[in-house]
Amino acid sequence: MSWWNRPGPSLAVGAFVLLLAGIALAFWWVPEDVDQGFSQKIFYIHVPIALTAYACFGWGAWKSFRLLWKGQEKYDLESYTAIHIGVIFGVLTLVTGSIWARISWNVWWTWEERQLVVFLILFLFYSAYFMLRYSIDPGPLRQRISAVYALFGAVLIPVSFLAVRLLGTLLHPNPLLTTRGPQMSGSMLGTFLVCFAGVIALGFALYQTELAGKRLDRRLRELRKALA
Amino acid sequence: MIAYLQDVAVLTRKDLLLELRSRETVPAMLLFVVAALVIFHFAVPEDLEPGTEEVVAKGLLWIAVLFTALLGLGRAFASEREQGVLDGLVLAPADRSAIWLSKSLSVIAFLLLMEAVALPAFALFYTTVDGPTVAAVLLADIGIACVGSLLSAMALASKTRELILPLLFLPLAVPIIVAGVGASIDDPGRFLGFLGLYDAIFAIISWAAFDYVVVE
Amino acid sequence: MSTAEKYVTAAYLVVLAFVLLYVVLYAFKMSRLEREVAELAELAAARDGRQAEPERDRSVVG
Repeated sequence: MSWWNRPGPSLAVGAFVLLLAGIALAFWWVPEDVDQGFSQKIFYIHVPIALTAYACFGWGAWKSFRLLWKGQEKYDLESYTAIHIGVIFGVLTLVTGSIWARISWNVWWTWEERQLVVFLILFLFYSAYFMLRYSIDPGPLRQRISAVYALFGAVLIPVSFLAVRLLGTLLHPNPLLTTRGPQMSGSMLGTFLVCFAGVIALGFALYQTELAGKRLDRRLRELRKALA
Repeated sequence: MIAYLQDVAVLTRKDLLLELRSRETVPAMLLFVVAALVIFHFAVPEDLEPGTEEVVAKGLLWIAVLFTALLGLGRAFASEREQGVLDGLVLAPADRSAIWLSKSLSVIAFLLLMEAVALPAFALFYTTVDGPTVAAVLLADIGIACVGSLLSAMALASKTRELILPLLFLPLAVPIIVAGVGASIDDPGRFLGFLGLYDAIFAIISWAAFDYVVVE
Repeated sequence: MSTAEKYVTAAYLVVLAFVLLYVVLYAFKMSRLEREVAELAELAAARDGRQAEPERDRSVVG
């Protein structure tokens, strides 16, 4: 079993250390942004969460591809878990993004922030993934259909990004704000990287935990059938 | 290759003949799109400035087309499902993606028939339909049919069938709407190009993926 | 605390809340899994006991 699939606390420990360090750095060490002030600090958690969500969806799509390619059942569970964690982080992205919009523009939602709009589309898409999964009887067909849909999701990410970007040129020739400042100073970049590493490690740790739980579920069910 | 195209032709002809004889889907789509266009008039406030009203109306056209397409797509595999024919088709010694291609072609045909009524109705009720809008609608038909046929086949396996198809389809349709409305209102070149890109990408992956969603 | 500070802290707290909620849900799941393991262990023990009994007569078919 490759290191990321092996159960064990190493990843969770790493997440713990990195995230604590990152948050401490963000709040106490890194200087405030000249333009945006204290509210800029939300980026140290918002952007890593968004990137981790993308990573989860990509990971899920990769596992789906492996399922369709190799046909090994384990990929279905891994893909499903990855997408589940991705949706959790996606919701978190929307919530933290909404809070950031409240700070910056005094509204709880804005259609101008491209990243948020794309996440909204993806949230709808992957919620449908779960509805689809729950409405099909378990079996190889459900695995394949879920895998195909997850792959469509991965394709949808860049396509909807492009679409929203084009939309931006339609309504507002000058985008109001970009999520990343043009240049980050060294300390900001360092803090960001630590937070990013911490959040990704957290995502991975959650993925491992959930996967282990689902695998246990499955084995217990098989045992029950064998013993009954 | 020839055999493949022959299979596609046979299946498409079957779908079109079935619709010609039963006249179930297309009349319903025609009525639905006109009804939708009428309802939109009541949904939009009266005293908009002339320029705004046109822009809003164009957006409504796209909504009408999209939801009418959903109506038709829900019925796309209905005949196969009711007659239990899908297993036979799948077991036939033909490339199964031919089923997808033929279904997409017949859906495009239905959409074209529907738009032949919808666009003149729209021009009558709201505002003129210009070249870019028509081009955008045609390109969008391809994308809607390709993705919709695949999703319709996926929905076959689901217990909630017609209920799940719009949920699966609408997020994927967002880029189509963005590009369609963009081409109708603003700079056609960029948005039509994007629609073409969308069609190409999603047609290819729908074509490749169909095999995996129908075989048990 | 200024308004900005309050909102930023709220954002970080929301993240923490999600993770903690996850932990809570997993705690429930773990207890359910433990219960199932206990049940299955009982079933296994009962089965071992039953296998000591003689096998039933098998009817001949065909």
